Amino acid sequence: MSRIDLPSLASAAQDEVARQMSICNACRYCEGLCAVFPAMELRRVFEGPDTDYLANLCHNCGACYYDCQYAPPHEFAVNVPQALAELREESYARYAWPGFMAPVFERNGVWIALAAGLSVALFILGFALWSDPGALTASGNFYAVMPHNAMVAVFAPAFLFPLVAIALSLVRFWRLTGPTPGLTFAALRQATRDAATLRYLDGGGMGCMTQSERPDTWRRRFHHLTFYGFLLCFASTSSGTIMHYVLDWPAPYAWWTPPKLFGVPGGLGLVIGAAGLIWYDRARDGRLRPAKQTGMGAAFTWTLLALGATGLALYWLRETPAMGVLLAVHLGTVFAFFITMPYGKFVHGLYRYAALVRHAYEQKRAHP
Amino acid sequence: MSWDVLIAGGGNAALCAAIAAAKDGARVLVAEAAPRAWRGGNTRHTRNCRIAHDEGNGILTGPYPVDEFMDDLMRVTKGRTDEELATLTLEKSKELWDFLEDQGVRFQPSLGGTLSLGRTNAFFLGGGRSMLNALYRTAEDAGVEVRYDTRVAALDIEDGFFKGATLERDWQNGGPEREEVTARAFVAAAGGFEANIDWLKEAWGDAAENFLIRGTPYNTGGVLRQLLDAGVQQVGEPDQCHAVAIDGRAPKFDGGIVTRLDCVPFGIVLNAEAQRFYDEGEDFWPKRYAIWGRLVAAQPEQVGHVLIDAKSINLFMPSVFPPERADTIEELAGKIGLDPAATRATVDAFNAACVPGMFDHAAHDDCRTEGLDPPKSHWARPIDTPPFYAYSLRPGITFTYMGVRVNADARMVMEDGSVSPNLFAAGEIMAGNVLGQGYLAGIGMTIGSVFGRIAGERAAAYVSN
Repeated sequence: MSRIDLPSLASAAQDEVARQMSICNACRYCEGLCAVFPAMELRRVFEGPDTDYLANLCHNCGACYYDCQYAPPHEFAVNVPQALAELREESYARYAWPGFMAPVFERNGVWIALAAGLSVALFILGFALWSDPGALTASGNFYAVMPHNAMVAVFAPAFLFPLVAIALSLVRFWRLTGPTPGLTFAALRQATRDAATLRYLDGGGMGCMTQSERPDTWRRRFHHLTFYGFLLCFASTSSGTIMHYVLDWPAPYAWWTPPKLFGVPGGLGLVIGAAGLIWYDRARDGRLRPAKQTGMGAAFTWTLLALGATGLALYWLRETPAMGVLLAVHLGTVFAFFITMPYGKFVHGLYRYAALVRHAYEQKRAHP
Repeated sequence: MSWDVLIAGGGNAALCAAIAAAKDGARVLVAEAAPRAWRGGNTRHTRNCRIAHDEGNGILTGPYPVDEFMDDLMRVTKGRTDEELATLTLEKSKELWDFLEDQGVRFQPSLGGTLSLGRTNAFFLGGGRSMLNALYRTAEDAGVEVRYDTRVAALDIEDGFFKGATLERDWQNGGPEREEVTARAFVAAAGGFEANIDWLKEAWGDAAENFLIRGTPYNTGGVLRQLLDAGVQQVGEPDQCHAVAIDGRAPKFDGGIVTRLDCVPFGIVLNAEAQRFYDEGEDFWPKRYAIWGRLVAAQPEQVGHVLIDAKSINLFMPSVFPPERADTIEELAGKIGLDPAATRATVDAFNAACVPGMFDHAAHDDCRTEGLDPPKSHWARPIDTPPFYAYSLRPGITFTYMGVRVNADARMVMEDGSVSPNLFAAGEIMAGNVLGQGYLAGIGMTIGSVFGRIAGERAAAYVSN
């Protein structure tokens, strides 16, 4: 891993956050809204890594923008959600491993869309070329189209590489934001609770204000559906793997087996949640978004929607001749999702979780 | 157009009046002179209101009985208050938590650095602008019509009876759009006149040119002037206001809370001639915060300079502008435009007069000066550890107290002592009834909410009769 002296290279986005935080720190009216402001109050100066930490602690609920007496057109021009969103996207690139992948965050939407389109096309082409043409339109059996061992050979590296890349990125992020002597499981527990409940995506109790100064809870609900839907889908795949290797019980599985019991509600959650987020975000106040559009958020949500939709389609249409093509589209989407995971919006959850752990740790030490 | 109740202003008092009147069935028009982004007058800069309560409620600690509230008010005003209205305000303040919560306002524990207010003041979650947003949402849902960029340019008042008004829409752009409106009652909740420098000069002379206005530039007193001209009785003196010493680099208007400086007790304050002029360590800062505006206003060029050293730089709330910094007193003096030799002499005299003691910024410690005039009674430590820091101070006017006299119904009292049937007032424009001088943190909002509510209810009752 290369060693870069990041603190000495404060970016414009970091400087802007530091500027705004020094105003917020003298005001503190937003203290009760979320974690960002209590974390800010523990600091008097804001170095680059501090700002990256605060940026990833922010859930972009928007409340502090509408509540701010210094928001534009005030000459102090405080717009914390936007400044932190801009820095957040920038920080993903800063901590990405390997470093040469960082530029793909610049025009992330295009990159993810290309990766997904190519993956799907390759799977269709691959199936058409390598499997028995009859199997492609034969219904029911996935492994007739792509043998199980071939699936594992393709997906194991596609899954393992992102895990390594993300883990290394996370370590860089964690180290640069400072040492945490005496970190305990209590901080992890607190952070897990805060993340699982999206505690800070609610404007301090009033609800998000991402469309206007009228708070609502839709964004939080759709996010919950998406996140828990995703976890259920993951549980579905994991249980399938266990059944295959440990129980020696190969697919196809009946509707009452764990892969289906997890997978169907998971897919539904993913589809409704992601579609909801896409619908909701259309009316999002543009002032809360980064001025520089990378398409990162939209690309990620659309990928999740595609994951859920193609998975469900496969479940319902597997007994039809469409199965082979659907399987190719679904596997292509999954493949693209995996390989782009470390270089897109997926990482927001991990950095935010890391920031929540640090926050729980810091608050416990500051206010024992 | 014809309305039941016309309200001038768009802050806490105006909105409380609008909501109260609308919920009692009145058709309400609010004329807010500011554009939507600047709506709400000084409420946007507030953070809490002081409320009496008989027991804590989980966010507000401990009891704050009306009697204690009254003692506090009497102490700061030195008795310059209308006791009947003061008692009414404090009694009714007990209802404000529930009333505001019903309108969608949320509260939070007292903010970091304001623990001294945790018992007496209810802090708005997200601050005053958040509170305002909740009031506007509720008012809109109750059918109140709000016009922004619209000022009340003329009032049609005959013998203390309100008949109608001329509104000017888009008045900041050359040719305003005029509209005559009639209404059966009028609520004046348009704030004080602190943003009207010419008016301030009538009371303060040319010194007012150097005042900074901490809040909205829209409180120019237009409605107040019209009411006084129409024969409404004046209350309070024009030079009475909530004036604090703020960072001299603050914007002329709307600097708000971030321009305050809490470092005075830890250093010495010099005027433009490099001389000290008041006991910086007389008492804890929250208790002296509100006298330093007037102290600085009385100095040449209305400026002060706080000098502190490295020992004290982290003892107070961070401020929005970084201090001037230097390794020697002379260099620092040069940077802030003071005579280096004179500054050195003042610092030396102060340092020599400091009696050794146990410094404790949380108590009235025994660090004081001996044989120095003026003395520094507490927290006096020699300024001898570089780097040295300086902040400049200017008077920051929060709001003025002179206004219209009202009775317990929030009805305006005319010069001849008669009471208008349909002219009401709430907020800063009548705060002088309760606050003749001095200041108590959060009481401006208390007066605004209490009288806003009364004005709205009485106006609606008058209209329905």
